[in-house]
Amino acid sequence: MSNIVVVAEVRGSSLKRPSLEAVTGALQLANATKGKVIAVVCGSGLDNACAELGKSGAHKVVAIDGAPFANYSGDAWAKAIAEQCKSNNAAAVLMAHTAMGKDLLPRVSALLDTCIVTDAIAVAHEGGAFTAKRPVFGGKATMTLRAVKSPFCATLRPNNFPAASGGGGAEMQKVAPPAGDLLAVVKEIVAAAGGKTPLQEAKVVVSGGRGMKEPQFFKLIEDLAAAFGPGVAAVGASRAVVDAGWRPHSEQVGQTGKVVSPPLYFAIGISGAIQHLAGMRTARTIVAINKDPDAPIFKVADFGIVGDAFEVVPALTKAIAELVAHK
Amino acid sequence: MDIVVCIKRVPATDTAIKIAADGKSIDLTGVQFELNAYDEFALEQALRIKEQLGAGSVTAVTIGSKEAQKELRDTLARGADKAVLLTTDQWVSDGASTAQALADWIKTVPCSLVLCGRQAVDSDNNQLPSNLATRLGFACVTEVSKLTLADGVFTAERDIEGAREIVTCKTPAVISCHKGLNEPRYANLKGIMAAKKKPFEEKAATLPPRATEIVSLTLPPARAAGRIVGNGAEAVPALIAALRDSKAL
Repeated sequence: MSNIVVVAEVRGSSLKRPSLEAVTGALQLANATKGKVIAVVCGSGLDNACAELGKSGAHKVVAIDGAPFANYSGDAWAKAIAEQCKSNNAAAVLMAHTAMGKDLLPRVSALLDTCIVTDAIAVAHEGGAFTAKRPVFGGKATMTLRAVKSPFCATLRPNNFPAASGGGGAEMQKVAPPAGDLLAVVKEIVAAAGGKTPLQEAKVVVSGGRGMKEPQFFKLIEDLAAAFGPGVAAVGASRAVVDAGWRPHSEQVGQTGKVVSPPLYFAIGISGAIQHLAGMRTARTIVAINKDPDAPIFKVADFGIVGDAFEVVPALTKAIAELVAHK
Repeated sequence: MDIVVCIKRVPATDTAIKIAADGKSIDLTGVQFELNAYDEFALEQALRIKEQLGAGSVTAVTIGSKEAQKELRDTLARGADKAVLLTTDQWVSDGASTAQALADWIKTVPCSLVLCGRQAVDSDNNQLPSNLATRLGFACVTEVSKLTLADGVFTAERDIEGAREIVTCKTPAVISCHKGLNEPRYANLKGIMAAKKKPFEEKAATLPPRATEIVSLTLPPARAAGRIVGNGAEAVPALIAALRDSKAL
């Protein structure tokens, strides 16, 4: 019982980057337990994803690949994954804390009648026990937990571990998905308009608040995000502008929205209510642009500009676009 | 349809967190509590389903301290038919043992639909609904922001990264509710008066041992003091330079 299972996630035919981050977490644990890392992936047509996982440093890749698993089904997938955890003697099971991860891994943990720690920002194996750190109260505090039951299950927050690479020669195994009744069935996946970068996976988040004055002026926020180039930046919003109906809830950053930790975060026209700070304070670099020099956002920002967003943001967008064009 | 709504009493989201002397919990001095915001969507959806079907029952349940009577009374005032308080002195923050205790209780009552908030905003676990569903053998859809019921089939929509998933399921089911699902109603005076006559059950919770133990609770490290690089649009070059120096660009 020293092996670490990573449940990898495939969208379309490609592996999701946070799954490679989870492989990094698994390799760290396997180093401590002297075990192997086994990547398990579910879906249909997984050859590309398996090839990528094979190069990640995982020792073995198990693909549960076939038509019955073409669409996500939490109940059926959890059963198949739990079986793999048992047959591979998993001491720990990791997955990225994505929409799928937070739905699926609690089910796997329930089938294994064990513990689960979600949204972990660090995992370790010390003194014979697995431990994890995770934010609670929307990031206002950090809890350290020790697993009492086995195997240890955890979902890892995206953007907290580097993506694994540099392995090779993993043992490949293909398993047919079990046929059976599905309790809940995904009928359709509707892509978001314009192929937006997911907020929690974006390298740059540009958020706007009440200081943008009116919903149509969020165009300035969108332009700044777009200046970083395709697939780099996502638009975020404060609770105030979401509650006012200016922006969709899917963009809300904060305690009752999404918690993000991108390498670079812009807070524009956001005063910095305690609930918002909770959702972005773990970003590596924070930039604040606000008219009010006393706004609480400046207390957590690395760099600030005191000024009118309507003047500063277009100038910043131009400067970023020039920088990106010359890279 | 007999519906169970799982709720939790949590510190208000504007609470400034202080760590208690035990180093494992928060200092409750002066903390205001409220019904977990996501649970309001779950309760509202339960009331709407009952209204749509013109039959059935809505029971609100929590595992928590005696003080959670207040939040349960609020659910009755908004329209729930019955409230059940399973009391414990513990801070309920371990998903596995909580899910098992709730599953054990749900098996003793008529129930074909469980509605929950997507997560409680204290422990932020976001794991109870699908954990509970698995222990009950129910279908489950999590983080639902649109839900319709027709001919006994639920069609649920949920956000996934960069897309929306449309999922169908039948009862028995557990559905966790996200912001955007509905606009919760609030209690009016008539509801508050009516709530006093509604059944309210209180008994000690039977919680299995926690599957995880809390080692410590700490405040995140304070961010190093930043600096204002300048005023207005003229400060943009200084900002770009600062971002490049710190390798953020």
